[in-house]
Order: sequence, then structure tokens, then C-alpha cells
Amino acid sequence: MWHYIARRIVYAIPIAIGVTVFCFALVFLAPGNPVQMLLPADASQEVVDLIMKTYGFDRPLPVQYWTWLMRAVVGDLGVSIQSNRPVIDEVLRALGNTIFLSFGAVMLAFSIAFVLGTLAAYYRGSATDRGVTALSIVGVSIPNYWLGIVLVIIFAVELNWLPATGMGPRGSETFNLFEWSHFKHVILPIVTLCMVPVGMITRTTRSAVSEVLGNEFVNTLRAKGLGELAVIRHALKNAMPQILAVMGLQFGYLMGGSILVETIFNWPGTGFLLNKAILTRDIPVLQGTILILALVFVFTNLVVDLFQTAVDPRIKRS
Amino acid sequence: MTDFTTATRLLAAEEEAPATKVRGYWQNVGYRLRYDYVTLAFALIIVLIIAMAVFAPWIAPKDPYKTSMAFRLRPVGFRDFHLGTDELGRDILSRLIHGGRMSLLMGVVPVVFATLIGGFLGVLAGFIGGKLNMAIMRTMDVFYAFPSILLAVAISGAMGGGMANGMVALTLVFIPPLCRIAETATTQVRGLDFVEAARASGGSTRSIIATHILGNVLGPIFIYASGLVSVSILIASGLSFLGLGVEPPHPDWGLMLSTLRQSIYVNPIVCALPGVMIFVTSLAFNMVSDGLRQAMDVRL
Repeated sequence: MWHYIARRIVYAIPIAIGVTVFCFALVFLAPGNPVQMLLPADASQEVVDLIMKTYGFDRPLPVQYWTWLMRAVVGDLGVSIQSNRPVIDEVLRALGNTIFLSFGAVMLAFSIAFVLGTLAAYYRGSATDRGVTALSIVGVSIPNYWLGIVLVIIFAVELNWLPATGMGPRGSETFNLFEWSHFKHVILPIVTLCMVPVGMITRTTRSAVSEVLGNEFVNTLRAKGLGELAVIRHALKNAMPQILAVMGLQFGYLMGGSILVETIFNWPGTGFLLNKAILTRDIPVLQGTILILALVFVFTNLVVDLFQTAVDPRIKRS
Repeated sequence: MTDFTTATRLLAAEEEAPATKVRGYWQNVGYRLRYDYVTLAFALIIVLIIAMAVFAPWIAPKDPYKTSMAFRLRPVGFRDFHLGTDELGRDILSRLIHGGRMSLLMGVVPVVFATLIGGFLGVLAGFIGGKLNMAIMRTMDVFYAFPSILLAVAISGAMGGGMANGMVALTLVFIPPLCRIAETATTQVRGLDFVEAARASGGSTRSIIATHILGNVLGPIFIYASGLVSVSILIASGLSFLGLGVEPPHPDWGLMLSTLRQSIYVNPIVCALPGVMIFVTSLAFNMVSDGLRQAMDVRL
């Protein structure tokens, strides 16, 4: 067991290193030279060379990468070109908001998908099953940036029940989940964001539960006189690791994939930060945000894997 | 003479036998599809959307680029603007029809390129194995560390946006999953007896791949790629929505959604229309891909 965990963690290290190489390389994908943004358009060649030298862009790439990596390890991701603040501060502040949103969306998705998927598996082949399957395909096909706009049109513009954007009433500094004036800002983004996870988790729940229900031991349960609810409970227990694993993955996807939804709702998370960085061509912020999000994703995958092994030791043998 | 009668008798027997027994694989697939009305209906929608995009200049009632300051943000059914006008007074219906060109192009082309590149790399890694496999697959693992939309935004954001850059970004996003599918399928087939037999009888690597491996690998790759088209259309429109894809004034569903978004208080229904197109297209590709997977009996 410990051996497996250690191996799985060691295996994540090269991936994390690969992620840092990719993020480092992003700067060189940008057109023009990397210091262009810092200079006036008519800067002379000498000034350009000087700046390149001060920022270390004249040194060989591996050396540059190493210096960059060593700084990143201690939390120095450079300074935002726009705000002049350290990138790490901006990213960490936004990260909490994104985690909050993603977690809420996954939880909501789980409660919906769990019921739908179990129903579909239990009444396999029936109209319920077909309806749920269709719904899960709709969930993954719907452009969530469009759904967000439609929800805003319905609930903010037409009905005026919920606010269209932001994270709290105007001027409020902190976020308090237990106060309605704050909480109502969360509803639309979370509902919008939960559509894809609903589709994915429903699909997994349906296939996992119906696989378990096809097992011999289910016949035994019925033969010994257990009621149908108890049978379903047994089936769910067996299907749970798979469902939780998909939930974990979906959480990771939402963390990185909420850029569009955050942009629509002006939610001050990492996606919003990323969008701002793209619009203003703030490459250090772009690079730093993507690095942090990818590392969070690697970490989530690792946790999901380890968790799955913990609940179901059979997995590590395969 | 006796041979002839035996042959006719055999033929007759074959005709009498239950039809399911003599059908080949593709006949079976066709048979299943013919009675899958849902898939057929969505396939028809795809055909219509593609036809609409291809024949856009002949179908669209108006010039999609023609602005009109007098008729900005008009509602559905205003005069002969059947679906209203946008913030520059351009005809929404014509722009939606023309927009299909950009959106489909940006959704489909990256998947085609990614299928070719990813499929090639995957088959190579799976068939040759060893260090080459390690090198290719571990590189792909790194790209798995990014949610697809984040990777697309990262690459096209760093490269500075634009339709071509967006398409490059999407291609890079889809190479790793396709490579993995191809690698898994190839590895499964590689160890089978008939590949061994082909090698023993002197088949070269290239001929074994072409005649024995590809036939078994193309099915899963094709099905997976067809499912990716839906994802690709969603992400491509998302990139345009963020200003990283198609550039104004060209009509594109994602871009239209993004500019019309500013006017939701003026003209809510018109603003939602481009999204309907994205949704329907993505849904149709998803449904057809699902139907094909069931008909072809491919497990991913």
C-alpha cells in the first residue's frame, strides 16, 4: 500500500516538471520579444539589449528555465505588468474564489447526478433511462457560456430575482456565504457551471451502478429477502469509488475550465484573472495563473488516485 | 454438374438461413443505424448545418457585413430583418448563416489534424513500444495535466489570438487524447497471434501496421474523434467568445455571442440566438457520435 502511494507520488513529479517547462515555454510563444511590453514602441536597440540583459533573456534557455523555476519554487512568479503587484498574490487571492465556485458546482452536480444516474441504472432500458441519458448528453453539449447568458437574461434581466454579475453587493469587501445578499450572487454561476459535471457524473453513475446490479451477489441479496432499497444501497456502496473519482476529476476540470463562466459573471477567480491577462497581454500573470491551475489539477488527480486505492485496494494490483 | 447443384443448394441454404448470420460487420452497422431514428435525425441536422454553411452566400437574405446605424439592435421580426439586428445594425439571420462557416471550420479542422498526428504517434508508440513509447506517452501525460479549455486558452492566449492560432491551439489540445486511444488500441492488437503470424511469414513493420493494425485501430480512433468534434466546437466558439478566435467583423457564433452580450438589457432574445446554433451543432455531433459508437460496437 505505502509502496504504491510512494510510487504514485514519484510518478507525478515528472509531470509537474513537464508542466513547468510548458508554462516557461509560453513566454516564447508570444509574438515579438518577451520584453516588448515593458518598453516604449520607439526604444532603441541598445535599450532593448540592456533590458534583455537585466531580465536575463540573453542567457541560454536551460539557464533561464532553471532561474525561473528556482524563483517559482519559492513563490516568486514575477510581477504583473498591469498592476505591478506580485503575480503569486493575485493568483492566490483569485484561486480561493475559483475553488469555492468549482466545489459548489461539483457538489450540486453530484446531488443531481447521483439520483438521476441511480434511477437510470435501476430502470435500465425504460423511458426514464432514455430520458436521463438524453439529459446527460445535453449537459455535456451545452455551451456553458451561453447557458450563463440565458440564465442572466431570465433571472436577472426579465425576472430581476438574482444579480447578473459580481460576488457580493456593491462595495462589500468580504464574502459571507450565509447572508442572502451575498449568497444570491453564487446561484447563477454555480448552476451554470454544474451542467457538464451533471452530464459526466450521471453517465458514470449509471454505468457503474448498472454494472454492480448485474452481479451475482445482487441475486443473493434479493434471495435472502432484502428490500429493493437495501439492494440499491449495496449497489451504490460498490459503485461509489468510481463515482467519487469522476467527481474529483470534474472538480479539477472546473478549476481550469471556469474561465468562460467567470468572465460572464465577473466572478473574481482565476479564470477572470486569466481573461484580463489575455486582454492586456500581461504574460507573467497568464503564465503564473496557468502554472498554478495546472499544478492544482495534477494534485487533484493524484489525490483522486490515492483515494481510489484507499477505498478499493484491488485497483493497485492492475 | 454435381458441383453446380451443390453450389446452388448451398446458396439456397444461405438465403434461407436467418439474415443476421450472413451479414458482414459493415452491413450490421448499417442495419443498426437504419433503425436508429434518433441518430439519423441528428445526422440530418448536421447535414443541414453543413449545407447551410457551404451555401451561405446563396441562402443568406442579406449581406452579413453591411452595417446600418439607423437599425441597430432591432428585435426579432423587425421589417425584413427576420431575427433582428446586432449592435451595428447587421442582419442577425444572415450572420448566423454565414457564422456556421467559421464555427464549423474552427471546430472540425483541428480534430482532423489532431486525428492524423495523434493517431500516427499513438500507433507508432504502441507498435514499436520500448523507449519510443515512453518518450511519446510521457510527453502526452504532461498535456493531460491541463483541462482542455485551459490548454487552448493558454496556447492561443500566449500566441496572441486569431483564428489560425486558435486552430493550432485546438489541434495541440486534441493530440494527446487521440494519441492515447491509438496507443491503447495498438498495444492490445500487437500481442495477438495474427500479428505474430504476419511477422513470422516475413511481413515488414510497415505492411503489418497497414494491413493488420490499422483495421483494428481506426474504429476506436474514428469514434473518439467524432465525439471530439462536439467538444472542439464548444471550445472554438469559447475562444472566439474570449476574443482569441475569429476576429471581427467576421461572423462567428462565439464572437456574435460575445458582442451581443453587451446588449442583453436591450434585446435579450436576439442575444441568445448564436448560442442556440452552437448548442444545436454540438448536440448533433454528440448524438451522432454516440449512435455511431453503439452501431459500430466500439468500446472506449
